[in-house]
Amino acid sequence: MNYLGTDLRVVGTRPVRPDGVDKVTGRAQFGADMVMPGMLWGKVKRSPHAHARIVSIDASKALKLPGVRAVITAADLPNIESEEAFVGEGPMNFRDLSRNCMARDKALYEGHAVAAVCAISQAICDEALELIDVKYDVLPYVIDVEDAMKDDAPVLHEDLFTANVEPKPTKPSNIAKRVYFNKGDVEAGFKQADVIVEGRYTTEPVHQAYIEPHACLCSYGADGQCTVFSSSQGHFMVRSYVAKLLGIDISNIRCTPAEIGGGFGGKTLVYLEPLALALSKKCGRPVKMQMTREEVFRASGPTSGATMEVKLGAKKDGTIVAAKHVLKYQAGAFPGSPIQPGCMCGFAMYDLPNIEVLGYDVVSNRPKVAAYRAPGAPIASFAVECALDDLARKLGMDPIEIREKNGAKSGTKTHYGPTHQNIGYLATLEAAKNSAHWKSPLKPGQGRGIATGFWFNIGGESSAAVHVAEDGTVVAVSGSPDIGGSRASIGMMVAEALQIPAEKVRTIVADTASIGFTHVTGGSRVTFATGMAATMAAEKVVDQLKQRAAMIWDITPDAVDWRDGQAFPAGTNAGAFEPLSLAEIALKAARTGGPVTSEVSVNAQGAGPGFGAHICDVEVDKETGQVTIVRYTAVQDVGRAIHPSYVEGQIQGGAVQGIGWALNEEYIYDKDGRMDNPGFLDYRCPVASDLPMIEAILVEVPNPRHPFGARGVGEVPIIPPMAAVGNAIRDAIGLRMASLPMSPPKVRKALDVANGDD
Amino acid sequence: MSKHHVSTTINGEPVEFLCETQQTMLDTLRDVLGLTGSKEGCASGDCGACTIILDGKIVCSCLMLGVEAEGKTITTIEGIAQGDHLHPVQQKFLEHAALQCGFCTPGFIVAAKALLDENPNPTETEARYWLAGNLCRCTGYDKIIRAVMDAAADMRGAAQ
Repeated sequence: MNYLGTDLRVVGTRPVRPDGVDKVTGRAQFGADMVMPGMLWGKVKRSPHAHARIVSIDASKALKLPGVRAVITAADLPNIESEEAFVGEGPMNFRDLSRNCMARDKALYEGHAVAAVCAISQAICDEALELIDVKYDVLPYVIDVEDAMKDDAPVLHEDLFTANVEPKPTKPSNIAKRVYFNKGDVEAGFKQADVIVEGRYTTEPVHQAYIEPHACLCSYGADGQCTVFSSSQGHFMVRSYVAKLLGIDISNIRCTPAEIGGGFGGKTLVYLEPLALALSKKCGRPVKMQMTREEVFRASGPTSGATMEVKLGAKKDGTIVAAKHVLKYQAGAFPGSPIQPGCMCGFAMYDLPNIEVLGYDVVSNRPKVAAYRAPGAPIASFAVECALDDLARKLGMDPIEIREKNGAKSGTKTHYGPTHQNIGYLATLEAAKNSAHWKSPLKPGQGRGIATGFWFNIGGESSAAVHVAEDGTVVAVSGSPDIGGSRASIGMMVAEALQIPAEKVRTIVADTASIGFTHVTGGSRVTFATGMAATMAAEKVVDQLKQRAAMIWDITPDAVDWRDGQAFPAGTNAGAFEPLSLAEIALKAARTGGPVTSEVSVNAQGAGPGFGAHICDVEVDKETGQVTIVRYTAVQDVGRAIHPSYVEGQIQGGAVQGIGWALNEEYIYDKDGRMDNPGFLDYRCPVASDLPMIEAILVEVPNPRHPFGARGVGEVPIIPPMAAVGNAIRDAIGLRMASLPMSPPKVRKALDVANGDD
Repeated sequence: MSKHHVSTTINGEPVEFLCETQQTMLDTLRDVLGLTGSKEGCASGDCGACTIILDGKIVCSCLMLGVEAEGKTITTIEGIAQGDHLHPVQQKFLEHAALQCGFCTPGFIVAAKALLDENPNPTETEARYWLAGNLCRCTGYDKIIRAVMDAAADMRGAAQ
């Protein structure tokens, strides 16, 4: 059923989330909070070298240490063949994932796991790690993406030949893949242009920096049945990966989702679970593992850093006639940067006749990248949205006007194939233009910037169930880990379909043995896809409740109406019966056919794309180079906000992550290829005193493919900030900062160069 | 290596425990006493997820040794609510949706309670600087600051 245009009583309100009290009282159990009887601790020995052949690993001394129970290396794990995996978010190969969890033959980055130990205490684990003797043959390494593409660069993988190149290369290289999109004739387009802008842009890898480090507790039974309790963005994803990497039947693994302390894409793959389970198998005891913050930085995925070139050409009236984008993305030690979506997203907001996009996926001696919120898009859009701002300036045009003039609408064919349908880009720009922020004057010395962003959003496989309890209250069961309030939105959609108050629905997240398969919490898909499954399950329950009422009244189900959470006779012809409440029907369930319950699994299609426009005001301290955000507004088409507070929260949080990406966050390497800043002191995430309030403006252009019109909202808000901040700095000091982060030393340096002081 | 016997007061109750010399207060709370509401986000005093109140002052429990609890009075997140009666800061976090994943939430609530104990009428800027030692990666701090300011207003109203 589609509820668009109907009066809604729950959707759009702001109830307290079902898991709220647990989380404000410290009762919620996250990855590291669970214990089991007989539990041991596990820890990982990591490579101190950026690139090295592993000559030998001798664990004999460690194993003699009292309290140590087992040591594993790659020799204890199956040697997995190359096979593409469609399990998490973004491209993955089972062999690469296995070798990322535990190095085999070569360590490919500083922090790469080479062995793991379990013992009766964390202190003994630490001591044992020191006693594991690993002999390395240290190899030349490469960190920078363009260095890694050179002919004489150290090659990470002898069997890596660039894909999508004809003829197939004869030599291995670090370029894993070439991506190419072409629409129209870009060179002919540039010939028609009156004005051309060009720019070269760089971004650094940034970490998702979820506050909860990776953690798990795994137990391998003597009968081969395993339990995994871990913090992830998909317990079915964990189950699939662990099964494949350890050669276990999927049905023998039961994964229970812990509460997840942030993920942002970074918990859509596994690091510790296969190691903990392998250790548990070896020693016969449950094993708990948790990363330190330093390990999170050194060994779990940041997103790519990149080098890009953009060229835009326009007529005098602002019509863009040609657009070209070259993107080189770091993949880390194994192929799989988000280069594909990067190549798709930069120009997806625009209706342009001639587009050429060329991208490269490049490995280097850095931790393997993982998905990070709209993977690939923020990087691409930083370059494109800055270049577009330069173009508008050169044309003397308002930056919103140039976007309106060239903006994508329903019917615009993208350069990567699909045609946009039911999109809200122009509505988003309109809302930005009409915002109090855009209309407000700036104070002297301040600058204002605007930038926009696009994300596909996805649907996919999801399962949900609805159970009516004996007293008529309702339990909604979701297969999606709740990372930002999805229990609330799913419970609200169920309540809406049943026409009962949100408080009457308790939503839980079930383990892999208790609900149907559900894809990861990622791609902004949960409220859309799992929400769709939950709504359908609730509708089936309504059908059953009507049938039960019909049975009690001895009339046909067609003659029963469901409203206000009660069954009514459909009209006077149906008979004169007092309405039956959910509780009354539930009480009689045993006599009318048994429990009232429904589980629905879907492969949801039609996730509506999302668009955002961010407005940023800055002040720049010309003495220190420090940039202060003084006002920030994020406008986004959200389709329909199920729980507006959590929608705003997604937008505010994404914007602030983007502000961190813009101004401070970066991986810094020393001369030996080791990360210099693997902690929150030196890897500087935004804190409360850095920021103003973040105004979120919700535009609602309903997505007709979702029962309530919802679009995914979590990813779009991290796309515009880097360019919005950069364009504001450009406005304030007249300089284009083309290299992220726009940190105080870099801004100061740019000012010095401009003043001729350098 | 023998363990140390420590006598202290946690969440209003006398507590005795044994801990190792190098064990932090955070590890002691989590692994010895089963008080897992305090979280480890960094173990270096940068994220504030392990914030506790020690003799009236907030500290990162990861920067304190378990043995240092001897004779002290400690409040952890588990001691902020009175039974099922939530502290106003907790209530306002729920009403304002000031949490998403909820991992940093215990640290923020403990720190915010300490702020309001010391300064019942903070400005937004004061609240932002007081909470600058607590990292949140989900919310962008907007709703957290609103929740704290609203809790402060509520508590001042109740005190009158």
